[in-house]
Amino acid sequence: MSILEAEHLAVSIATETGALPVVRDISFRLDRGTTLGLVGESGSGKSMTALALMRLLPEIATATGAVRLLGEDLLQADEDRLCAVRGDRMAMVFQEPMTSLNPVHRIGDQIAETLILHRGAERRAALEEAARLLDRVGIGTARARLAAYPHQLSGGQRQRVMIAMALACRPDVVIADEPTSALDVTVQAQIVDLLRGLVEEIGLALILISHDLGVIGRLADRVMVMYGGAVMEEGDTRTVFAVRAHPYTQGLFAALPSRGARKGKRLAVIPGTVPSPDALPPGCPFYGRCPRGQDVCRENTPPAVAIDGSLARCFFPGPPP
Amino acid sequence: MSALAMARPYRRPALVAGAVITATLAAIALLSLAWTPYPPADIDIAARLQGPSARHWLGTDQFGRDVLSMLMAGSRNSFAVGFVAVGIGLTLGVALGLLAAVRGGIVDEAVMRLADFAFAFPAVLSAIMITAWLGPGAVNAIVAIGIFNIPVFARLTRGSTLQVLGRDFVLAARAAGKDGARIVIEHVLPNIVGILIVQGTIQFALAILAEAGLAYLGLGTQPPNPSWGKMLNEAQTFLHRSAWLAIFPGAAIAITVLGFNLLGDGLRDLIDPRLRRVRR
Repeated sequence: MSILEAEHLAVSIATETGALPVVRDISFRLDRGTTLGLVGESGSGKSMTALALMRLLPEIATATGAVRLLGEDLLQADEDRLCAVRGDRMAMVFQEPMTSLNPVHRIGDQIAETLILHRGAERRAALEEAARLLDRVGIGTARARLAAYPHQLSGGQRQRVMIAMALACRPDVVIADEPTSALDVTVQAQIVDLLRGLVEEIGLALILISHDLGVIGRLADRVMVMYGGAVMEEGDTRTVFAVRAHPYTQGLFAALPSRGARKGKRLAVIPGTVPSPDALPPGCPFYGRCPRGQDVCRENTPPAVAIDGSLARCFFPGPPP
Repeated sequence: MSALAMARPYRRPALVAGAVITATLAAIALLSLAWTPYPPADIDIAARLQGPSARHWLGTDQFGRDVLSMLMAGSRNSFAVGFVAVGIGLTLGVALGLLAAVRGGIVDEAVMRLADFAFAFPAVLSAIMITAWLGPGAVNAIVAIGIFNIPVFARLTRGSTLQVLGRDFVLAARAAGKDGARIVIEHVLPNIVGILIVQGTIQFALAILAEAGLAYLGLGTQPPNPSWGKMLNEAQTFLHRSAWLAIFPGAAIAITVLGFNLLGDGLRDLIDPRLRRVRR
């Protein structure tokens, strides 16, 4: 059985003019020791999906469908049950390591708190374990670092602390929302290596959210390319990245700066910007910016079409012209 | 609180001046428990209305009581008023503010509209109303001033709590499985305690001022207990003959309020240097 399953997960936000869909019909299965990547531009619904999986959506947002953790539907769980699951069975790493740690508490205590909360651990034993975790995530002189405050650590170290906190109770699933985006490139690579090691060694199931195709490519076994709250293309990462059946996936790759590009040559862009959810067409969300858009795309939800093993939701899928 | 900031007191003259003044006053109040030049309530008609002298440093009043001794004993009263009134306001105000911020909706509306209602009356006026209702007396005056402090702290707590609740580490704490109560205790309170201390210091000064006002009007501390406000009231009659009777308690009130305000301002600058830049 898969550890985590999402079935027709959708999120809508209550507005004065009615419910506004921000995540549309997402389904996936996640197994132990595997990584699912969610990739897309800002505003594509990646973070909303993550918050919905954790049931941490803001009050104005509602999730429908099902999110099953080892068969238990979290969307039906009450708050007490959710508090027991969060941090214990399912943990999250956030984008901003600079602000995701409480400035007034020592990092050792912040890690130990999770263990005390979920495991009923003694403070001394919890701190011992915290030191072990810091060591595992690659913070040198871990024991000495327990007494440090967040402002005494660099961004990369703080992100390691966040990962240590997430790992404290040996969760089944970790959701990492842009874990490397706020870090510089060399540190990014170290964090990517750390995450990959954790997935392989302790059989973690990782959901990795990123706008960075490189990070996704290096870590994710499967990938879901998202746009406007909907999945545009999904499948095995290598296949999706090779086939690029959806015009949006093609656009994302075309926008990557390439090493061999001549100086002075402009980078390719996808024309326009991500429309706000209330401006999306009822059919394919990418309609307004899509080079292949036809009238049929505007009003109708595109079918999922498998092209060489990559599943694209498009009326006109296919390799780039 | 960085050691660096503490090591350079000349950079923070307000903080240092405020701390020195309030510490001195606190020391005097404590001293008065054990020693005053004369028993503050001792009447010596023969020595009435004397000006400052070697025997009576700050002179005597119309009953021959030693003004310095009365001021010292009165400082005790002022400090007690400050502590209790701020204590009442802080305890209930923080509880209500947290409740409003965490619950939101109708609870929030109710608490905040009540606070608005309380703010519609000037502090001393509402204290007068409450003492008029409860009857004059030191305890009632303190309670009245304490009640006025509740909405001040409720508003401040609500505002800063909402700000903390919106920060990333609160979302991270929720993702770690912490419930609302735990988040308030572990994450909200430690992050707002500084701002509450600053406000507490300022409210302390206001409470002393309000108590002096009430005592002056005869609604606060009753005879024979010494109080600066009451001394001012009694001095009125002799203002032309013996101005020092009014000047010394007036100066005591002014210096105390100044000291606490400087301390509050200094602490605020220390805790949040950004506010200082905005203010100037």
